[in-house]
Amino acid sequence: MQLPDAETLCADLVRQLRPHVTPETGMVGIHTGGAWLAERLHQELGFVVPLGMLDISFYRDDYRKSGLHKSVRASKIPFDVNGRHLLLVDDVLYTGRTVRAAMNELFDYGRPETIQLAALVDRGERQLPICAQYVGTNLTVPKGRMLRLDRDASGRLTLRIDA
Amino acid sequence: MSANPQLNAKGGLTHLLTLEGLPREIITHILDTATSFVGVTEREVKKVPLLRGISVFNLFFENSTRTRTTFEIAAKRLSADVINLNISTSSASKGESLLDTVDNLSAMHADMFVVRHAQSGAAHLIARHAGPYQHVINAGDGRHAHPTQGLLDAYTIRHYKKEFSGLAVAIVGDILHSRVARSLIHALNILGTPDVRVIGPQTLLPTGVESLGVRVFHDMRKGLAGADVIVMLRLQNERMRGPLLPSAQEFNKSYGLTPDKLALAKPDAIVMHPGPMNRGVEIDSSVADGVQSVILPQVTFGIAVRMAVMSILGGS
Repeated sequence: MQLPDAETLCADLVRQLRPHVTPETGMVGIHTGGAWLAERLHQELGFVVPLGMLDISFYRDDYRKSGLHKSVRASKIPFDVNGRHLLLVDDVLYTGRTVRAAMNELFDYGRPETIQLAALVDRGERQLPICAQYVGTNLTVPKGRMLRLDRDASGRLTLRIDA
Repeated sequence: MSANPQLNAKGGLTHLLTLEGLPREIITHILDTATSFVGVTEREVKKVPLLRGISVFNLFFENSTRTRTTFEIAAKRLSADVINLNISTSSASKGESLLDTVDNLSAMHADMFVVRHAQSGAAHLIARHAGPYQHVINAGDGRHAHPTQGLLDAYTIRHYKKEFSGLAVAIVGDILHSRVARSLIHALNILGTPDVRVIGPQTLLPTGVESLGVRVFHDMRKGLAGADVIVMLRLQNERMRGPLLPSAQEFNKSYGLTPDKLALAKPDAIVMHPGPMNRGVEIDSSVADGVQSVILPQVTFGIAVRMAVMSILGGS
């Protein structure tokens, strides 16, 4: 199937987000694809607060079933989340379980004032009552296939479907 | 069942009994995971929910404050329920066998056992006896192994020196009675350390220690030359049988780490010690508290490494 251009979607997200960013807004990307997207958004929107990163492996709801993820990176939130407006960024919004885990982890750093969600692609099929405030595009992907974000050596973002 | 009793059918780690024979990827995975846990202890909530609902039993048949405490903290930071069995008040002192104790704890739905025992092989025995969904961690068995200590030592070395290739690591002192030394030597070999040295008097080196892939030195000054890492071991008085040594003072003179002996190693060499230290015996206070000492960071890293081991086993 024909996939949309990730760079175009990213530019559109920048346009959507710009009116809502203040010098105090914090941004948090979810590893791995969400972190790449967040790096871009953070830079292009001129965020003042340094970028935070989450690896949600320690908060996944399938740990007892699937065990610990093979590669776990360190989460790093280099600012105080207490009382702050946060923008959570992920590449693909699907079941909502990753976002649930990310929110649980964020609350272990403190109590944010608000959390909003930005995603490059919303592929629907939610299993939890979660929605994104900023979406690049909506896309239907066959069940069981993985929609992923790639980043090449030059930093260019592309979408890809895994079997 | 796979040949290695620590691995499940898919090759994943299900018990941690010894580092000997473990694939390099498993050790690296543990160290990488530990890196992610270090940050958890700097947050407002120093816990993650991974082991919620899991019961961890600390079975310490031999005294240990540091190891038991760090295992307890690690399990609690993973949200596990921790039950410490104080052996002096337990059924073992009333004559109950090791496996009967384990059966009784299993009937109480124990998910994970952390075992310290004076007898080599005690943790293996429990692992063979355990149910399919139970996990055993060896927290030190006799002279045999202390795998989480070996891992935290490896973690500390990697933290300060980044790579193992090109490193010279000198382990000094009572190698004969040291399960810490044995586990660290296995870890260093598996991780590809080219130059591992053991330094000590003939009476405190196990016969055939060279077969572990180490170079042997009886002269500490020669052994320390150019070392990147110095691991001092405790002189284990309680394990000494018979007169292996003239005296603690004599030992200090030949094998104690003093500032002048430390100066023979590389200028940026780090000094490690698994604790507890005998100041003035195997290590001088000025070295233990000096700028090259990483003895206290070892303790902090030990918690993250034990969290990593428990979280990998608990999900296998």
